[in-house]
Amino acid sequence: MLDSETNSATIADPKVVCRDVSVSYSGKQALFDIDLDIGIHQVTSLIGPSGCGKSTFLRCMNRMNDVIDGCVVTGSISVDGVEILDDEIDAVQLRRRVGMVFQKPNPFPKSIYDNIAYGPRIHGLVRGKDELDEVVQTSLERAGLWEEVKDRLLQPGTGLSGGQQQRLCIARAIAVRPDVILMDEPCSALDPIATARVEELIDELKRSYSIVIVTHSMQQAARVSQRTAFFHLGIVVEVGETEQIFTNPRDERTQGYITGRYG
Amino acid sequence: MTDREHNTGIAVDAAEVKHARKRYRAERRFRMYGMAAIAAAAGMLALLVISIVATGWTAFYQHSIALDVTFEAKVIDPKGGRDPSVLARADYRKLARASLRELFPDVKKRGDKRKLYGLLSIGVDQQLAELVAADPSLIGQTRRVEIYASDDVDSFLKGFIDREAPESDRRVKDKEIAWLDKLEADGAITSDLNLRFWTKGDSREPELAGFWGAMVGSFFTLLVTLALSFPVGVLAATYLEEFAPKNRWTDIIEVNINNLAAVPSIVFGLLGLAVFLNFFGLPRSAPLVGGMVLALMTLPTIIIASRSALKAVPPSIREAAFGVGASELQVVTHHVVPLALPGILTGAIIGMARALGETAPLLMIGMVAFIVDIPGSVTDPATVMPVQIYLWADSPERAFVARTSAGVMALLGFLMLMNALAVILRKRFERRW
Repeated sequence: MLDSETNSATIADPKVVCRDVSVSYSGKQALFDIDLDIGIHQVTSLIGPSGCGKSTFLRCMNRMNDVIDGCVVTGSISVDGVEILDDEIDAVQLRRRVGMVFQKPNPFPKSIYDNIAYGPRIHGLVRGKDELDEVVQTSLERAGLWEEVKDRLLQPGTGLSGGQQQRLCIARAIAVRPDVILMDEPCSALDPIATARVEELIDELKRSYSIVIVTHSMQQAARVSQRTAFFHLGIVVEVGETEQIFTNPRDERTQGYITGRYG
Repeated sequence: MTDREHNTGIAVDAAEVKHARKRYRAERRFRMYGMAAIAAAAGMLALLVISIVATGWTAFYQHSIALDVTFEAKVIDPKGGRDPSVLARADYRKLARASLRELFPDVKKRGDKRKLYGLLSIGVDQQLAELVAADPSLIGQTRRVEIYASDDVDSFLKGFIDREAPESDRRVKDKEIAWLDKLEADGAITSDLNLRFWTKGDSREPELAGFWGAMVGSFFTLLVTLALSFPVGVLAATYLEEFAPKNRWTDIIEVNINNLAAVPSIVFGLLGLAVFLNFFGLPRSAPLVGGMVLALMTLPTIIIASRSALKAVPPSIREAAFGVGASELQVVTHHVVPLALPGILTGAIIGMARALGETAPLLMIGMVAFIVDIPGSVTDPATVMPVQIYLWADSPERAFVARTSAGVMALLGFLMLMNALAVILRKRFERRW
């Protein structure tokens, strides 16, 4: 779908390779032949107006669309060269490797400790209490939350502030040691200060993980991502280096969107 | 709260002021209708409770006549073997009558004697037999024993029979009144808490009739109902809500579950009679069958309540669990069902409370029988609380009227307990997200 001039969908060292990905909900097509690569150890942001298919595309990468009735995904998505849309692939194992953070902070109504420990427990990643304690501590440390919550690990995660809850959710996602983290507008429910903390955290995390972030904030995309893809009406209009997209967009629709003329 | 003068000073013109006044009046009227409705409901409830308590409270105490009974060995145990079965079958009534005759030596005529003996409950032999069974060393001694008064005497002593009324209209005649007055003057008439009501089974004699048999019957019946309907209902609801595809078949099933919830309970009774009793040949009058029938009746309630509780769990929790790689079953068993549990339990308890008060289907499967023995298992013949109330309400004796109301109070007490339990469980397990 991309013309040659704007085609930088493929990159040299991809973590996730998506080709001809189409999605339809009960017969209504939402995504049309998306080609996009997600680079290793970098942040890729997906921008575009509401309803353009960014979140749908994001959810294809860990097959979260499987749980929606009537949703059909076609095409090819491979993570480290393994085709994940294949029925043979266990979605549960895939989701361990491709973690997700949601728009609204959604900690389990359990203790902070149990929120983090849940993933490692169900996947059998740890042996014994000591190892689990360690995973909980490292995950919280990496999410920048340890200092704030280390004295109240057994209190409910739902009692934290919105920003803390979202960092708790990020800690929960990294506790199962994924390769890729998908973030669906992770800051849209947060105030600017909490947003800044999460953005710092994303910057930190990209050293160890490949991150895909859906965002409505142009500034956020510009601040945190190295590559940006602009979605519009179910297609990728333009994809490239973030700097290039924001300073020198090739497509006039991209130009229009980032300058705020529509969207 | 509506007396406050509303400030309409901000209004621009008279029409606007008028409009605002009209709006305030409409609001006031609406509030008054609401308060009137609540007052009417509360008044009716109060009326119900007061009338039941007023009729029933006298059943909670019982008059007895204290007699010096000589436990004569030659009457109780002529052979001296102290064999429990002999002791149980002895003619204790004779002993009680002998003590009565001693108190009233002038009563000579046969008819009068029969009336005199009639002051005592016919349960006197059982009462004395129990004493002797508990302590065989009583034999040969004389003890003061409080023997239940007959139901008419009890009613008279409780003031339900007017001594001024013409003798022909009274169930307690002048002579009996004279004897009772003498007994009372001797301090031989006592009134005690009616423990029998809480410890014994049914009887044809009101003063001997107890509610315990029906309570145990209700307990066994509800046990069966709970054991069948809770797991089946929760599993069905969970499957339908979380796993089943949404298609025509599941729609049909859903509609039919809703229909079943509205089916009159007697229909379930007929089904139980036709299927459980006549086809499978299960025992009649047994809590097992009663519980099965009530389980059928309660199932739709539990399924509907559980489904709405499961539906109320926010999708974000499911997504969060899927997001860290929980399988569908793990999402449901670790997160969705625990979060829905307060709603599920509330639904189950409300269903159980309905089953506790249910009468009609149990009539169909023979739980309406006169049963004296306390049921010991789910297959023993039994009756349940509402049916016991129905049976007593049908009896002509004055004292059964009070017992009927007392039974209603006990039943209402259990219903309130169950509803309180539902509230407590909901509060206890409720979690915010």
